[in-house]
Amino acid sequence: MNRDLRELLEDGTPTAEAIDNFIAERAFPLADARGVTFIYRGEAETVLLRHWVYGLPSSQALERVPDTDLWYRFIELPPRSRIEYKFDVVSDEQNHWITDPLNPLTAEDPFGRNSVCRAFGYERPVWTLPETGSRPGVIEALNLHSRHLEGPREVLCYLPARFRRSRRYPLLVVHDGADFLRFADLRAVLDNLIERLEIPPMIVAMTQAGDRLQEYAGDARHAGFIAEELLPTLQRKLPLEDNPSRRALMGASFGAVASLATAWLYPGVFDRLLLLSGSFAFSDIGPHRRGPAFDPVVEFMNRFRMRPGRPARRVYLACGIYESLIYENRSIVPLLQDNDIQVRFHEVRDGHNWENWRDRLRDGLSWLFPGPLWMIYE
Amino acid sequence: MTIRAMLGPQRDTPSLAPLLERIGLAGPACAVTAGWQEREGELQDLDQHMPGKTIDLELYRRAEDVFARDPVFHEAYRERQQRLREMQRLYRRRLDHTMAAVRELELETGSADLVQNERRAAMRALRTLDRQHLRRIRGLLDSFNARLDPVNHGIIAEHRREIAGQLGGCPILLIAGGHVEILLNRLRLFGVAELLEEQAIIAWSAGAMAIADQVVLFHDDPAQGSGIAEVADAGLGLVHGVVPLPHASHRLRLGDERRVALFSRRFLPARCLTLDPGASLVWRDGQMISVNSVFNMTRRGRLRPVTPV
Repeated sequence: MNRDLRELLEDGTPTAEAIDNFIAERAFPLADARGVTFIYRGEAETVLLRHWVYGLPSSQALERVPDTDLWYRFIELPPRSRIEYKFDVVSDEQNHWITDPLNPLTAEDPFGRNSVCRAFGYERPVWTLPETGSRPGVIEALNLHSRHLEGPREVLCYLPARFRRSRRYPLLVVHDGADFLRFADLRAVLDNLIERLEIPPMIVAMTQAGDRLQEYAGDARHAGFIAEELLPTLQRKLPLEDNPSRRALMGASFGAVASLATAWLYPGVFDRLLLLSGSFAFSDIGPHRRGPAFDPVVEFMNRFRMRPGRPARRVYLACGIYESLIYENRSIVPLLQDNDIQVRFHEVRDGHNWENWRDRLRDGLSWLFPGPLWMIYE
Repeated sequence: MTIRAMLGPQRDTPSLAPLLERIGLAGPACAVTAGWQEREGELQDLDQHMPGKTIDLELYRRAEDVFARDPVFHEAYRERQQRLREMQRLYRRRLDHTMAAVRELELETGSADLVQNERRAAMRALRTLDRQHLRRIRGLLDSFNARLDPVNHGIIAEHRREIAGQLGGCPILLIAGGHVEILLNRLRLFGVAELLEEQAIIAWSAGAMAIADQVVLFHDDPAQGSGIAEVADAGLGLVHGVVPLPHASHRLRLGDERRVALFSRRFLPARCLTLDPGASLVWRDGQMISVNSVFNMTRRGRLRPVTPV
């Protein structure tokens, strides 16, 4: 239990006023070097902490302080961790999943909004913040018809600040690009990292799938779209460097599978990969246990693992240790290294979520595309 | 009378116009913006702060023209640059280990007198390495110049005559920041320093680095790499005895006395001077006459305000 809370409770049942003061003076949840104490205040039959930390029970009941409407739950959480959670408040036998009313920090994803718990020592990196005074890039929509995917596709193209047609730029293709913009502040991250000279000015093409569970699951049609349709279109319309080592694919979760699959099916086209929390499910023997959506992923990954080849020369991987996918991500590292691929693998105390992926972008992008920081003094 | 001035970065805190007024200089001015590369010559921001007309010497464009029209020279130049890069890579290999020895010995807790001896020896090794590297760079540049005599070389000589003409009508030469190697190489390629007569030189950021005796690259917390400052080139030597450090507050951990002291001792007797936004230093005939918001990194790891002599 957090020390402040213990002091509040050590003299018996606190008054409502004492609880009011306790809450008014603190930020929640309460984080210290040992872990985090979650606090809820309100009438309920039961309050449950719901989180997605692999390895811990995903539902943990908060304890009620007798004769009060104050609830708490302590969990051990190593320093610098970051997790997302909700409260499941049960009243009148109804479950209500809510964000933590005492915590203003939330994160969005395509499925809604969660509360964010920052453990002791975690700080949001300054280079992820919008409005830092960095020169802004612009985003333009590019429409093309895909023969492989049998329909129109809109791709958002980020052009860096001070973009020149007379100059040539490296290319980054981002799967789930609109989600990266919305949930992972990709635009601010690019503006800031370019401004800080930590990555070179680059063109970023952001794609969005129709049915991502199908297109991103090692589907050859998606790979064909990226390598045979999108890349040549971008090369025609934008001043790109003509060198595979200056082209990267990036994606998270299924988007990482799509990136790997595209590079594997078209070796030598994209020599850089940035793979975040890849859904690299595979089976050594027998059926896998991840549900039908993973069937095509497992089929692709098993084929890949059998004959990995050299889909890229440099691969940055990161995965949260609070994700179930940490096992699969750890497994792929030696496989890539054995095939003479430079690999950097980063395990972090975070989960399968967009803010985790956002926080990895500086490490990943600056390793794949080192910026001119050392040489430029403006 | 020669005026030399170094300024901090100009983007957010332009200090050029007040400086010119303070030291009684007025345009027209020539400008070198080759460090901006393909943005060379975009002087809109600069024009706002310059009382008179500014002419860009277009060294970046001129160099591209030389390379395009003289492939033989271009190939020789490329070879030189390749060799310099290779020298830098090898220097870094030694630098990593030499610096590791210095840092490890700083934390050593043995007999004070013995440890002190080893610390001094480690620092001597580091300084020797830097000096040796700088000597080799100068040697390579000298041998290139002796072999090809670039400033009197066909197309370069044509451009140089034009540059001399432009400089002749300007009492001020502005040297902007940007990519320090590209800037310095263009200044050297056209022998700009040798064309100067009475012009006042006002240089900021990478420009300030280029006119010093040596170019030291630095960042304590780069996104990648070890963050060990490195000697990268010989400067033009138009200002002696200082290592200018643009964006020092942003790039260096100035509150870390151990790091500051190490940086300072490494480059002695040169003085390591912070050049943050708003900072300025002016010399007249080699004598420092005006200083604003510049700090000297001391041997003890402190920052001491610089004052005119």
